[in-house]
Amino acid sequence: MPMTLTEKILARHAGLDAVEPGQIINAKVDLVLANELSAAVAIGVMRQMKGADRVFDREKIALVEDHFVPAKDAQSAKIAKLMKDFAVEQKIKHFFDVGRGGIEHVVLPEEGLVAPGELIVGGDSHTCTYGAFGAFATGMGSTDIAAAFVLGEVWLKVPSSIKLVYNGKPGEMVFAKDIMLKTVGTLGIDGATYRAIEYHGTTVDELSITGRITMANMAIEAGAKNGIFHADAKTIAYVKERTDRDFLVEKADADAHYERVIEIDISSLEPQVACPHTPDNVHPISEVTRDEILVDQVFIGSCTNGYIEDLRVVAEILDGKKIDPRLRVIVNPGSQKVWMQAAEEGILGKLAGAGCVVNTPGCGACFGGHMGTLGDGERCISTTNRNYVGRMGSPKAEVYLASPATCAASALTGRITDPRVAAAVTA
Amino acid sequence: MQASLRGRAHKYGKNVDTDVIIPGKYCNIIDIAELGKHAMEGLDPEYTAKMKPGDLIVADSNFGCGSSREVAPIAIKGSGTSAVIAKSFARIFYRNALNIGLPIFESPEAVDAIDSGDELEIEPAGGVIRNLTKNQTYTAAAFPPFMQSLIDAGGLQPYVEKRLAEKA
Repeated sequence: MPMTLTEKILARHAGLDAVEPGQIINAKVDLVLANELSAAVAIGVMRQMKGADRVFDREKIALVEDHFVPAKDAQSAKIAKLMKDFAVEQKIKHFFDVGRGGIEHVVLPEEGLVAPGELIVGGDSHTCTYGAFGAFATGMGSTDIAAAFVLGEVWLKVPSSIKLVYNGKPGEMVFAKDIMLKTVGTLGIDGATYRAIEYHGTTVDELSITGRITMANMAIEAGAKNGIFHADAKTIAYVKERTDRDFLVEKADADAHYERVIEIDISSLEPQVACPHTPDNVHPISEVTRDEILVDQVFIGSCTNGYIEDLRVVAEILDGKKIDPRLRVIVNPGSQKVWMQAAEEGILGKLAGAGCVVNTPGCGACFGGHMGTLGDGERCISTTNRNYVGRMGSPKAEVYLASPATCAASALTGRITDPRVAAAVTA
Repeated sequence: MQASLRGRAHKYGKNVDTDVIIPGKYCNIIDIAELGKHAMEGLDPEYTAKMKPGDLIVADSNFGCGSSREVAPIAIKGSGTSAVIAKSFARIFYRNALNIGLPIFESPEAVDAIDSGDELEIEPAGGVIRNLTKNQTYTAAAFPPFMQSLIDAGGLQPYVEKRLAEKA
């Protein structure tokens, strides 16, 4: 039976020759991820399960301190410690505290913990990021993660797949983020609920690994269970630099069945912006800048756009200039490795020189946790992935989502700005 | 077998996301009662003050979209809310709700007919939703057989314990 890429990976992990959409399977997992928030609840659940004293494999679990660290307050310190103590007790091999890790979804690929054809579940909705590497990866809640910790398997309903085919060469200042915002705007925030997204086309073939990460990361913003790319030579080179374990590159059958096939032409796409208060409220920048939209904060970072490639784009736009005086600009490199690379390339100095604050890697600002929380009436343009009411702090704040280039251009002017005219801005 | 659920309806729109169900700043809380004090705070800061134990949340499509935070259904349960009726649920929220034992029901028909303040009674076993104020009856979609077997077994925990015993 012909199968999609997602179906192939699920079938192999369930020990079956074939699976079809709607089928319930028990699948073996290659890696289980949790951060201190999802782990705190999962560990509590595991403690209540009879016979669940040990994790199934101490080398197939990754625990990353990233949401409220360095600890925002005593309660945050308590849950960070809870996970750390668990990691020590269970001899978890891949435990990342501050200073050695960063944002979970930036860290895991960097550390070679993600490879094509693998099945990964994580206690974080953006676990779908690893689809960038041709893996099946999906987010779950803490009870499911506790089950995966001890069983090394999860029950899954095989999703039907939506095939997205992108063609055309992106124009000036159009990035993977713009392509994905356009995609979420096209599908809607429940347009792919319970579905797999499979990315195809010449545009994505040309994308860097980072670009694919940005796109896979936001599959959940359309409600998808997972978003997946085919691994190619770029993927294999990236993974082999980081791990020597074996992996199997799967490929969708040419006659696989897709619930929908959507073609998206990128050649005429402008930079895109998701306006408040849903990630699918997406408009081209020329439409958004018709009104003057002043902002109070620019945020650059997150599991969507906290990568070295993103920081290079921002540094190039801000180099030798000053950010608008009434603004604050917060930059969070996605991981310790990204931070060190940015330091080595002189990027951190350029950003600080322009007036940005460069924070430690972490998720805090993106979800309204700490280190960049918005107040009543404030407006932020951000490279993150969600802009629901209250997402970055006050329910009376507004969040616009855009690419690092659009955010950097807006940092120079203090208002939402088309990055294609940023070069002309004198600051 | 679950007892019947009864209370007044509090009605909300579509795409009620996890950021409004339990804002991120509370996600470092583990205590269920404490989480319950902040249920729905991002959307309706008055919710926990005006609701009484047993009351129900009624919402349009895609309830619980956004993050995987299990504290979202835990906060709703902790507030004393007895169930959520929606036209549809986001995928992760759906799993989480069943895993932690928050009763959820899919019924577009019920959502369209129910107004805030209506007195409702649900028989979970048959998915029968009675509107005592309007004297109407609606039916919730049956759970897929595998989900129903998990619910009948008492949730994911006993299922995992059984799998562990099989493996031992």
